Amino acid sequence: MEQFGAVKRSKDGQPVRYLIVDDSVFARKNLARMIESFGGLLAGEAGDGLTAITEYDRTKPDIVLMDITMPQMEGIEAAERIVQSHPDARIVMVSSVGYQENIVAALQRGARHFVQKPVKPEVLYEVIKYVLGEDAVVAAAAGAGA
Amino acid sequence: MKMELIQPFINSADAVLAQGLQCSTAIGSLSMEEEGYRRKGVAAMIALTGDIEGRIIFDLDPETAVRVASKMAGAELPDSDDLVRETACELANQIIGNAVTALNDQGFHFRVHPPTLHTAEEGIRSSEDTEALVMCFETPIGSVFMNIALRYNRRRQGERAATAAS
Repeated sequence: MEQFGAVKRSKDGQPVRYLIVDDSVFARKNLARMIESFGGLLAGEAGDGLTAITEYDRTKPDIVLMDITMPQMEGIEAAERIVQSHPDARIVMVSSVGYQENIVAALQRGARHFVQKPVKPEVLYEVIKYVLGEDAVVAAAAGAGA
Repeated sequence: MKMELIQPFINSADAVLAQGLQCSTAIGSLSMEEEGYRRKGVAAMIALTGDIEGRIIFDLDPETAVRVASKMAGAELPDSDDLVRETACELANQIIGNAVTALNDQGFHFRVHPPTLHTAEEGIRSSEDTEALVMCFETPIGSVFMNIALRYNRRRQGERAATAAS
């Protein structure tokens, strides 16, 4: 996988903590590999929207990567509920269904961004930096300038 | 089934498989299903409801499924690994999600249901209003099959026509 400069929290220089929400174990593992390559830390995982809400309360992640189509409770509703309780929550929707109504609905209900599957690591990396804004600093990639 | 419904699935499968497997793909065959569906190996099914409804089955023979999952996981997986079946479901989800996105841009509205592992050996036969199309995509690590059985939702079609006429 491509080398990325580690994205750290600017307040304490610690790795960014992620909550990954997807009903697919494969998708969760794939995203976990990507965030590891970004220097991030997996704070928690959930396979549906309801569990995502309790995992958010438990782990207080810096960023949530949230699928849309899931059993029990879909991602957009879960995002809305999380943002109602935690207005500062940063939620990035990650879904294969990327039509405009879905994106607009997610953004209107509190998501900060949208990434379409299959996820390209370089796209997700840029979105994460954008969503974190000044709350993140980026270290030089290993081997950069060598 | 009209080509306007099929082309987005072809384009999406081509793009998702090429990116996931980091290789080029080719359409090996395209045929109408004449007999009932018979599962080839590891199969994931996704149901669609809305302006167009039906189901799509994404199917790989067991050896191909292991090779595809191993390639995408970046490690050799045993055929007993749950991740093999998970990979089939997620690939189906990505291909169908991307195709539905393109169809939505053409004005069709759907709900995509979460993928489920299709374990039955056989499926329901095609009917007059729900023809099934079988597509085979050739990749360097094996063939990937998609069985698409969709039909226009007549009630929704009537509503769309009425809206257009008013």
